[in-house]
Amino acid sequence: MEAMISVQTVNKSFGSFEVLKDVDVQVPKGQVFALIGPSGAGKSTLIRTINALEGIDSGAILVDGVSVHAKKAKVNQIRAGIGFVFQSFNLYPHLNAVDNVAVAPMHVKGTKKAAAREKAKELLASLGLDDKFAAHPNQLSGGQQQRVAIARALAMDPKVMLFDEPTSALDPEMIKEVLDAIRKLAETGMTMVVVTHEMGFAREICSQVVFMADSKVVEQAPPKEFFSAPTTQRGQDFLEKVLHH
Amino acid sequence: MNWSVIPRYWPQMYSGLLMTLQISLVALLISIPIGILIGLGRISRNSVIRFFAGFYVEFIRGVPLLVLLIWIFFVLGRFLRLGSYWAAIWGLAVFSSAFIAEVVRAGIQAVPKGQMEAARSSGMSYIQAMRLVILPQAFRKILPPMAAQFIILIKDSSLVSTISVVDLTLVGKNLVATTFRSLEVWTFVALVYFVITFALSQGVRYLERKYQVVE
Ligand SMILES: Nc1ncnc2c1ncn2[C@@H]1O[C@H](COP(=O)(O)OP(=O)(O)O)[C@@H](O)[C@H]1O
Ligand SMILES: [Mg+2]
Repeated sequence: MEAMISVQTVNKSFGSFEVLKDVDVQVPKGQVFALIGPSGAGKSTLIRTINALEGIDSGAILVDGVSVHAKKAKVNQIRAGIGFVFQSFNLYPHLNAVDNVAVAPMHVKGTKKAAAREKAKELLASLGLDDKFAAHPNQLSGGQQQRVAIARALAMDPKVMLFDEPTSALDPEMIKEVLDAIRKLAETGMTMVVVTHEMGFAREICSQVVFMADSKVVEQAPPKEFFSAPTTQRGQDFLEKVLHH
Repeated sequence: MNWSVIPRYWPQMYSGLLMTLQISLVALLISIPIGILIGLGRISRNSVIRFFAGFYVEFIRGVPLLVLLIWIFFVLGRFLRLGSYWAAIWGLAVFSSAFIAEVVRAGIQAVPKGQMEAARSSGMSYIQAMRLVILPQAFRKILPPMAAQFIILIKDSSLVSTISVVDLTLVGKNLVATTFRSLEVWTFVALVYFVITFALSQGVRYLERKYQVVE
């Protein structure tokens, strides 16, 4: 089966620093991949190349068969089909929750205002935010903001969702509400890549764990295998560190 | 001292004051769209646009307003058949646009980078992201300095008297020439400028407080 996200021998440097070295990852449709590894490994950079927030120097990335970094790639159209959730939420502070969610469908897809807002409310309600429609981001907790951000990404009906450490900026008591939202999404069959330090979450809902270190994919395995016996020394060292914290 | 010149010549002074306010306001209104475009040019990804926008700002800031006014009136004005009124307005507008451009640039750059990334990642074009996400946030930061620019313009506009626009300052000059009441006239003219700018600066303070960023 053809992969929904296909990262093919991608290389990228920031100046003289190689941040991605020959990275290959194939995410089949409907699967959830966890991307883990120490800080500075290149996880954010990799996930950001998938929707062209970062460029690449060589290789190719296909999303649903469409080359993201081709010269004549329709980047805006491609991005419209890829939901991205940031560590720091990046909600629009001048808009309320509903408008945060509705603005892209209205202006990118041309959805009518009433329909876009109606759908935004449905999405927000499905994420447990039915009493926050009119709230501005500064009136919401971190966990609520991140759920609005998830609704914002979903509003474009993406084929793929990418998460870059969606719970790392949250107070501990709010992590669960966001992970639950992602878990629910996984159950709908959404194809997803989640950069995360939540090992329990990765073990529970991901079909594959991709372990990155030093700009490379060091190891990829189903979570059961990876978490019980990483095949590489790098992987063992990393697990030792994170599991003993 | 004989202050009776003031009420006697108040009608002239009043029309001079209206001229001062009028050219300052029209110049401000012209300089805002120009300033926004130049400010956007300053942060454009196109290096040619960036260069020209930067050159414009540096050039205008490097030329004294008086010289700019005289040049527009005597050189450009001759080719374009500008009267002193429009030469004054364009001189002030061009001068002010360089300042507005810098305010706009700083306001946009103060919006966190993640805002542009979030907008672009949802499929918005650069222009859509600017219009829907970045500029509305930058606007809060831009509005108070823009209002403050109006005050600066009112004061700077006294220079237009040198290209024979009959503003408050020129009315003052003419009155002194005919009445010889220099102390009374100039004291009063200074007070009028002060009262207007002071009142406006209270308004700017209010704007600053009102738009004190709610993130
Ligand atoms: N825009 C950039 N310019 C230069 N270096 C960068 C940039 N973004 C990231 N890096 C560097 O690339 C490396 C990998 O970063 P990142 O992809 O954020 O890693 P991770 O998400 O795994 O922590 C880090 O050393 C970081 O300092
Ligand atoms: Mg990261």
